Amino acid sequence: MTPVSYYMGLSAVLFAIGVAGVMLRRNIIVMFLSIELMLNAVNLAFIALGRRVGTMDGQVIVFFTMTVAAAEAAVGLALIIASFRNRETVNADELTTLRW
Amino acid sequence: MPIWLFVFLAALAVISGLGVILQRNPVHCVLALALVLIDMGVLFMGLGAVTVGFLQIIVYVGAIMVLFLFVIWLLNIQSEESAREGHLGLKFIGAVGAAALIAEFFAIFLNTPAAVRTHPLPADYGSIESLAHLLFSSYLIAFEATSILLLAAIVGAIALARRVQRTAGKIVNRTSSSISSTEKAA
Amino acid sequence: MTQNFPALGLILLFPALGVIFNLFWGNRAGRSAVNFVGPAVVFISFGLAVWAFFTLLQMPPGSALTFILWRWIQAGPFHVELGLRIDALSAVMILVVTGVGSFILLFSVGYMGHDEDYARYFTYMNLFVFSMLILVLADNLLEMFVGWEGVGLCSYLLIAFWYYNPQFAYNGRKAFIVNRIGDAGFVLGILTIVSALAAHNVWTLNFVQMQHHAGLLEPVAVLAGLLLFLGATGKSAQIPLYVWLPDAMVGPTPVSALIHAATMVTAGVYMVARLHFLYIFGPEAMEVVAAIGAVTAFFAATIAIVQADIKRVLAYSTISQIGYMMLGVGSGAFAAGIFHLMTHAFFKSLLFLCSGSIIHVLEGEQDMNKMGGLRHQMPITFATMLIAALAISAIPPFAGYFSKDLVLEGAYASGHVWLWIIGVITAGLTSFYMFRLIFMTFYGESRVDHEKVHHVHESPPVMTIPLIVLAVACILGGWVGLPDWLLWGDAFKRFLAPVFAFGMVTPGHVVLGGAAALPQATSITIGLIALGLGVLGIVIAWILYIQNPALPARIGESLHGIYSVLWHKYYIDELYNLFVTRPLFWLSAIVLSRTIDTGIIDGIVNGTGLVVEESGEGVRRGETGNVQHYAFVYLIGVLGVAAYYVYLVMR
Repeated sequence: MTPVSYYMGLSAVLFAIGVAGVMLRRNIIVMFLSIELMLNAVNLAFIALGRRVGTMDGQVIVFFTMTVAAAEAAVGLALIIASFRNRETVNADELTTLRW
Repeated sequence: MPIWLFVFLAALAVISGLGVILQRNPVHCVLALALVLIDMGVLFMGLGAVTVGFLQIIVYVGAIMVLFLFVIWLLNIQSEESAREGHLGLKFIGAVGAAALIAEFFAIFLNTPAAVRTHPLPADYGSIESLAHLLFSSYLIAFEATSILLLAAIVGAIALARRVQRTAGKIVNRTSSSISSTEKAA
Repeated sequence: MTQNFPALGLILLFPALGVIFNLFWGNRAGRSAVNFVGPAVVFISFGLAVWAFFTLLQMPPGSALTFILWRWIQAGPFHVELGLRIDALSAVMILVVTGVGSFILLFSVGYMGHDEDYARYFTYMNLFVFSMLILVLADNLLEMFVGWEGVGLCSYLLIAFWYYNPQFAYNGRKAFIVNRIGDAGFVLGILTIVSALAAHNVWTLNFVQMQHHAGLLEPVAVLAGLLLFLGATGKSAQIPLYVWLPDAMVGPTPVSALIHAATMVTAGVYMVARLHFLYIFGPEAMEVVAAIGAVTAFFAATIAIVQADIKRVLAYSTISQIGYMMLGVGSGAFAAGIFHLMTHAFFKSLLFLCSGSIIHVLEGEQDMNKMGGLRHQMPITFATMLIAALAISAIPPFAGYFSKDLVLEGAYASGHVWLWIIGVITAGLTSFYMFRLIFMTFYGESRVDHEKVHHVHESPPVMTIPLIVLAVACILGGWVGLPDWLLWGDAFKRFLAPVFAFGMVTPGHVVLGGAAALPQATSITIGLIALGLGVLGIVIAWILYIQNPALPARIGESLHGIYSVLWHKYYIDELYNLFVTRPLFWLSAIVLSRTIDTGIIDGIVNGTGLVVEESGEGVRRGETGNVQHYAFVYLIGVLGVAAYYVYLVMR
């Protein structure tokens, strides 16, 4: 059996990859995907620890997280569509009207 | 789960994750993420969370990733022309920051005492019954609130994405699909 | 013994009523009403003063009449009452102030007859008499200071009476400010005295009580004496604070007569006399007083001999004569100094009023070079002015002779022979410049402007009657103080003796000149020397201005350097301007105003705003609108928090 810490390590690595994706990519869609990646990394940590402790709470939390992620993805993509109509771009550098 | 399976799945997840952030074509990114999510689902099942694992694949990959793909096709997003354009400083620092994050997490994990088993694993661990049992008892309020959240999300998404056209005195709801325009033509 | 005398309050009340009437109803009541009320209230005060004087005469020597108005300050053990006190010294003073003052106010009725601002004039004059009476009747040092300040204020108001002339307003300000410098010294002197007394738990500024505890003042006597004397140099126009008096002549001439001849300028002398018990404990301070008095007397006389403005000659003459008074009190001859104060009030105010009479007739002409030959057309003015000139030149039997003689005797007896010599030489200069004035004004060819010559006439009785009264005083006034071997001797000094008895009985601090009497032969010799020089001065003036009128011009040319220095008043005003006024202005305008106020303080205030503004500007640039930048900052924060957890875990 693999120890829990291995799962935690994997979770950490995936999370960091997600962070790097948010930082590095210009395309908003891809930034969004990176955020989803981060969410999933955390889900993995929850499940692993829940298994270790022996309760189902971890899975319940993951259940809710998934739901919320779905809702957030829907709304977020709607936002992107709406802004795309005005600006014709999904490049983060060009969506900076809220600057000084 | 046997360690060799874990290592394989872990490597697959990491490589796909890197693929998500490094691919130029956004469709490829989505597909890579879908692979990561399937990988996660298998890991969940391996950890005994069968229900959640299935849900992950059905909901996350089947619905959310497809939604992403639809949006990409709808907006006709092209690949980025060049992968590296300017902002080298920010990219470098971003990479460094991510690496630092990994290092800190490892430092924390390696030095904290391990979690202890407080409950023995029940026989139906990960079954849908036990999940439902918790949902409708301890987490009932969160469950109900989540349903409201979904309602809000639906309404929000429609309100944001509709196209508003002002004809004389009347606002007509139009979706942005091309079906209605062909209907109009016909 | 002291007796309560409520009428003292009335002496103060009537001039105050005059002020109120003239101030609020003067213009409405009309010229006649103001012309009556103004002088009348001072005459009433004079009558009351005479009554008080005779009451005092019938009491045993050393008595006093007192009246307390109310308790002014009560601060713990320290208390000051507003009290009035007439002893022999203040009796003399109030008689002089109200007596001479009432006649000067009567003269003003005629002099200001064409002026529109008559109500304001009499308001100020009444206010001045009121303040001067407070000064003289005060029974404590703080109340005296109130009167001191009040007369300074009225002096300013009256010098700058025709304030619409900027030069006159400037001269008024100059007088007030120079006075203020002296007042600073006065206040410091008061504080020194208070602190010295407080060290022994004595909390009073009452003159009688201070004299009672005079021994406690010994350690600070010199310092306090000098500080108070600084105030006196300002008020009494001695070196170094005399510069305001010649410029004060731009005010109406009766003002010069009352304030700058008879009363205010003598306040310093009165103060020294009143605080004689302090000065006796500080012989060095007294020597300074006497020395400054003598030097000022000589110095001012040298300037007076070349001035062309008739009032300026009289102004410098005033400075010079007050120097004599200071010489007297500084030598310990307190009674002699006060005596000269009294006679000076008579002849100097008479001189000023006569010059006012002339100026009034000549419609404002003050340059003696444009006068001459007036004695036939203005006989009363001529006669009275001649009497006054003889008085100031110390020609017996006129008043000035006896008082100046006693001052010089006191100076000689105190052992300060050099000061006596300076005093004697100055006597010669005094008679010279005074008769120069007489001869240039009344004798010789008429140099008056052609248009004015025909208007020259004698002044109306309202102006000539005061002249005559004062002339009589000049003739008779000196006879109350004769040398000891002559007739009834020095009745004046005997009258004042109880007041100054302190100086004569304190062991180890006996002051010569106050107590010791000179042998008769010395006294006669001194008198004759002074007399001789006085006559010599007259003779020289006769030669230069009657016999040989061209001579002064030739002397002036040959001694051009000296003449120029004298004519420019030793350039003292210019020196003060250069070394005092300009540096102060520079300090205020450049250092304090520009550098500190605008630069530093405003800079700090504005700078604070600027810092906020600039930092806000800088922070604003952080809002790039780029989501990734925001995420980056967020990442930094997360890294920080995680690092903290790492630290916790590692421990």
